[in-house]
Amino acid sequence: MEAVHNSQAPHVSFRNVQKTYDGETLIVRDLNLDIRRGEFLTLLGPSGSGKTTCLMMLAGFETPTGGEIRLDGEVINRVPPYRRNIGMVFQNYALFPHMTVADNLRFPLRVRKLAANEVEARVKRALGMVQLEAFGNRYPQQLSGGQQQRIALARALVFDPQLVLMDEPLGALDKNLRERMQLEIKHIQQNLGITVVFVTHDQSEALTMSDRIAVFNHGVIQQIDAPEALYEYPTNSFVADFIGENNALDGTVVAVAGEECDVRLDCGTVLRARTGNVGAGGRARIAVRPERVQLAGEGEGANRLDATVRELIYLGDQIRLRVELAGKHEFTIKAPISQLDRSLRPGDAIRVGLDPAHTRALDVPAAH
Amino acid sequence: MSTAVDTSAAVPLPAEGDGTPLKKRLRRAERRRNLLFGALILPLALVVLVAFIWPIGSLLTIGVDNPEIHDNLPRTLAVLEDWNGSAPPDEAAFRALADELAAAKGSPAIAAIAKRLNRENAGYRSLVMKTARKLPLDAAVPAREALVAIDAQWGELATWQAIHRAGGALTPFYLLAAIDRAIDADGDIVAAPEDERIYVDVLLRTFWMSLIVTVCCLALGFPVAYLMASLSTRHSNMLMIFVLLPFWTSVLVRVAAWIVLLQNEGLVNRLLMWLGLTDSPLQLLFNRFGVYVAMVHILLPFMVLPLYSVMKGISPVYMRAALSLGCPPFRSFWKIYFPQTLPGIGAGGLLVFIMCMGYYITPALLGGPKEQMLSYFIAFYTNQTINWGMAAALSAVLLAATLLLYMVYARYLGPTRVKYMKAR
Repeated sequence: MEAVHNSQAPHVSFRNVQKTYDGETLIVRDLNLDIRRGEFLTLLGPSGSGKTTCLMMLAGFETPTGGEIRLDGEVINRVPPYRRNIGMVFQNYALFPHMTVADNLRFPLRVRKLAANEVEARVKRALGMVQLEAFGNRYPQQLSGGQQQRIALARALVFDPQLVLMDEPLGALDKNLRERMQLEIKHIQQNLGITVVFVTHDQSEALTMSDRIAVFNHGVIQQIDAPEALYEYPTNSFVADFIGENNALDGTVVAVAGEECDVRLDCGTVLRARTGNVGAGGRARIAVRPERVQLAGEGEGANRLDATVRELIYLGDQIRLRVELAGKHEFTIKAPISQLDRSLRPGDAIRVGLDPAHTRALDVPAAH
Repeated sequence: MSTAVDTSAAVPLPAEGDGTPLKKRLRRAERRRNLLFGALILPLALVVLVAFIWPIGSLLTIGVDNPEIHDNLPRTLAVLEDWNGSAPPDEAAFRALADELAAAKGSPAIAAIAKRLNRENAGYRSLVMKTARKLPLDAAVPAREALVAIDAQWGELATWQAIHRAGGALTPFYLLAAIDRAIDADGDIVAAPEDERIYVDVLLRTFWMSLIVTVCCLALGFPVAYLMASLSTRHSNMLMIFVLLPFWTSVLVRVAAWIVLLQNEGLVNRLLMWLGLTDSPLQLLFNRFGVYVAMVHILLPFMVLPLYSVMKGISPVYMRAALSLGCPPFRSFWKIYFPQTLPGIGAGGLLVFIMCMGYYITPALLGGPKEQMLSYFIAFYTNQTINWGMAAALSAVLLAATLLLYMVYARYLGPTRVKYMKAR
């Protein structure tokens, strides 16, 4: 890494960035985002949420309609993509089909007019990094999807960029390979100490790989946080629903006491929960993760609710219970096999507890 | 379940109930499928055979066919078979010739014989016709003396050598003539007389003009195809209609339109004069310029369409990838985009070039004598002089040149194409 950069200053910063294609709707509304040097940041969101547009603006393939993007402190809005020195891995790899694997890797080095022996040394090193030393003379089409993916990664890294962008690079791979590549990419990123901006719509991928995740919806960052914080402490209903599984119960906030508040559900039960983005008197949606729901006997003092078992689904390591609770038919509980009373049958009445520490009162999203 | 059996050893495949080995059954199953495939292409194969391969094949054989002497003077030739060729033959040959010429007298055969022998030596036509007029001979007089009395040339060795030479069932004469070669009296292949040497020049001209037209089509078609491939579907469809528009009118109409446009009093010349670019009308017709303009116009779609279909398949993400790797736009285009269009350039170029090679109507109507290509001479020999042998030989040369070109294309553009497209 180049030592001249102040490691405290953000590597990339978006300031009030806007983007519209048709002059009517903003794909990116008002983006403010600092990307730290050496971090693995994932832009996560449903399709059309603006995450890919952000990446393309950073790569230089799209120009912001407003605001500015800084790279190492310099405004790069008008710098063409080929002068940005940013590595990029594309969705379908974009390996040049008329060049061998080695020529694909040589390409960015020859463009930079490196000496021939330096080029060869780097190509060899890059192939070694992705464990495909023997494949230099193949054409991309002669490689499997996973191998092409690695070559695309090697090509994006071979010219030593400090920032690498990845646009859903694992989308075309099957599940097992995808999971292996997630760790592999993560390890390479950590070893090289580079900054990676990764776009995906797969939340488990984001949780696996990222130092921080920025959740996008409707062109706005909903929340940006470390994976654990994002999962455990979502700040709004969109994030709670988008990341992981979530149970939602609608009600009205009756009292706010510091970090906690009381919410009266529509069925009349009052629950205590952590206060999210709601105020006293407003509508609220209680969000609780299926694995945080306590079954009878544990967590005295927690919110207690009566429930009826509707369905039991055996998943090997755990059991999923679909229960009817507080007038809601779809309420899911996940419990380890060892903690579950195996005599439960559909129709049985049980009591469940919701720990206020893991129960959050969030906004009720407007219906779309 | 117990798995005591060692499964690692190769187990021979058990024969099924009827005891037929698996391989045989596979072959039988595939034979049925192959027969079906054969049946599917049979109608087309028959049409190609009857309407294409057979007529072309039989026409090409005319180029080496040599029936005149062989069919009309069989007895003479039989006698000459044992002849040593160093001195005029004996009486038997003279008698046979006299009888056969007498028999041919008054029929088209005598004209054919005369014409064919005349090609060996100018002057033999009148020799044959003159002799035929005085036939048949008196049976009492030796044929040799009688014939020599009619014309002294019958006593010369060269005359008999000519008959012998022209007597084969096949002749390389037309094919050699088509490449400006001839066989001299000694049977050696030599350059044709200077005033008959035109076909090599015509062939080179055909190649050269085809090359110019192909290059022009590429230069004009490539940007259009690129634009079409990068525009939205709606706009590219619109452009496509303009590209295909020429197909909706006949070639003849288009050529006539160019005559109207390019003639001395035509639109182009009047515009040039009105703009003050020239004082007197430029000669745009009946020269190379007019032929090039019209041929490029007619053949452009054949370049644009293959290029477009190839370019449509090149994802724009390759250019982005090249840019992201630090390559400036023009170089990215040249190094990444352009090489991927080579299959389209090859296919379009080959198509246009081969069509040019056989072009007839446009140069015939818009060109002067110096613009006529090989097919003009084929038409000339077919329609004007009824010299089918020459027409067939020139066709063979054209066909061979085209096939050669295709092989060069397959050799140099084919493999690179296959190399990286194989796995697609």
